[in-house]
Amino acid sequence: MNKNKEKSMFAKEYFWRSLMTAGGLFVILLTIVIGAFLVYKGSATFTVFGHSLWEFIGTAEWAPEDSMAGGGAVGSLIFLVGSLTTCLLALIIATPFSLGTAIFMTDISPKFGERFYRPVVEIFAGIPSVVYGWVGLTVLVPAIKTVFDRQVGHSVLAAGIVLAVMIFPTITSVSADAIRSVPQDCRMAAYGLGSTRWQAIYRVVIPAAKPGILSGVILGLARAFGEALAVAMVIGQTTALPTSIFSTTKTLTTEIAAQMGNAMEGGETKSALWSMALLLFLISLFFIFLIHHFSKQREYAAKQ
Amino acid sequence: MEDKIAIPQNGNQFDISALNLYYGNFHALKQIDMKIEKNKITALIGPSGCGKSTFLKTLNRMNDLVENVRIEGTIRMDGRDIYRDMDSIELRHRVGMVFQQPNPFPKSVYDNVAYGPRIHGIRRKHQLDEIVERSLRQAAIWDELKDRLHKSAMGLSGGQQQRLCIARTLAVEPDIILMDEPTSALDPISTSKIEDLALELKKNYTIIIVTHNMQQAVRVSDDTAFFLLGEVVEKGNTEKLFSLPSDSRTEDYITGRFG
Repeated sequence: MNKNKEKSMFAKEYFWRSLMTAGGLFVILLTIVIGAFLVYKGSATFTVFGHSLWEFIGTAEWAPEDSMAGGGAVGSLIFLVGSLTTCLLALIIATPFSLGTAIFMTDISPKFGERFYRPVVEIFAGIPSVVYGWVGLTVLVPAIKTVFDRQVGHSVLAAGIVLAVMIFPTITSVSADAIRSVPQDCRMAAYGLGSTRWQAIYRVVIPAAKPGILSGVILGLARAFGEALAVAMVIGQTTALPTSIFSTTKTLTTEIAAQMGNAMEGGETKSALWSMALLLFLISLFFIFLIHHFSKQREYAAKQ
Repeated sequence: MEDKIAIPQNGNQFDISALNLYYGNFHALKQIDMKIEKNKITALIGPSGCGKSTFLKTLNRMNDLVENVRIEGTIRMDGRDIYRDMDSIELRHRVGMVFQQPNPFPKSVYDNVAYGPRIHGIRRKHQLDEIVERSLRQAAIWDELKDRLHKSAMGLSGGQQQRLCIARTLAVEPDIILMDEPTSALDPISTSKIEDLALELKKNYTIIIVTHNMQQAVRVSDDTAFFLLGEVVEKGNTEKLFSLPSDSRTEDYITGRFG
């Protein structure tokens, strides 16, 4: 090989390597910058306007002054509770269906599952959230109103159901991958000992896939937490703590989306909204931490 | 073990007649007639792809789990047709299986052994404790594992895992144990431990072992069946089969001319 050729080969190597490294570093940097920016913007509520952390996440009086002077109340418990209840409700509704679907397409009817079910679930994941919200508003809200005989159909329940439909594909596909990755040997051992199919699934396959399934559930939860549009369309948007699943309320995301355009830059309202954004950021960080914790547990179980 | 009669009971455990098995259009087992005696170790030998593992899996109906398998003929176990008079769950309760790769569940040692009794309805703690200890002792691994019963089975060595799998099979109290090349993934020391164990277990169990290793067949088995291209070429007393084979193909195989 002549020397020039060798040189140009290495030049290419270095070029692509620097490009990839730069790309990677940029993404890391971007995450850190966004985090720092949220901390900077979100801390003004506490530093400039002098509210306590407890007032912010522990009280429900939401009346920020839209001015530089401040002096209002920034209790955002309503939104936190709204977010938590809708998401938990969504999880409670979606998880059984997702698990059932995942088991069906991996262990009960793998051929049909691969060919038909999986693409359908993937299509589900690709539908924009505004479509879910709109369908929810047109079909679900009137249905809840009629079936439960309420004055309005907008409710935590409606939001929970819409979110459940939205996170169903996430939980399903992550769980299905986890279940599929349980070694076939394990199933054979279970059958060899005289297990019925249900015993093999319930006592061997599901426990072995548990960390992966939990990751799927948390990923779904994170998606539900971040959803603003579809929820805003069906939750009714009233600033009050929900008293039942038929109450109308607001969530962190819907309040930010609704108020950010109106609030004055640098005012108390805007700062409080930034604090809520920071809170969302911290909650998603926590979810991601949980997912890593579970997947590490899975690696550990495999090696141990 | 005291609760089983140690005196060898004579007679046939399995009576197989005119067994044919097809994978789709592929004729994998051809017209097999065989009797397998109680409390003996029967070795199945032959080159790769000769059907010995497939044959083994017909005995506990593991082939039922494979698609496109068609089985003709009859297999009787103690006189009952295992494909017509029994369901596969009951059959596998009585016919245990040890696989080629050690395949413990990703659970603790205790939960591995207790799995079988639990799915068959035993719930009481002291009863399970008793079964776990007895099975691990029978598999000659109690002393090694008694202090780590509640640690994950995935942390054991390959040889320990395989003996744990044997203990897990014994915990169901089968009559017959099928072993599908149980030592092919193990080192020589672990292999000899498993072989000693098989010799010990034959007092109480009927064992059928598939092996690639002809020395192993000679060391442990009473009877040997030689499979070739889906047929049983020869079956009989191990010593006789290896010293005076009656078929020239058997002789070619055991002297290493092919396979």
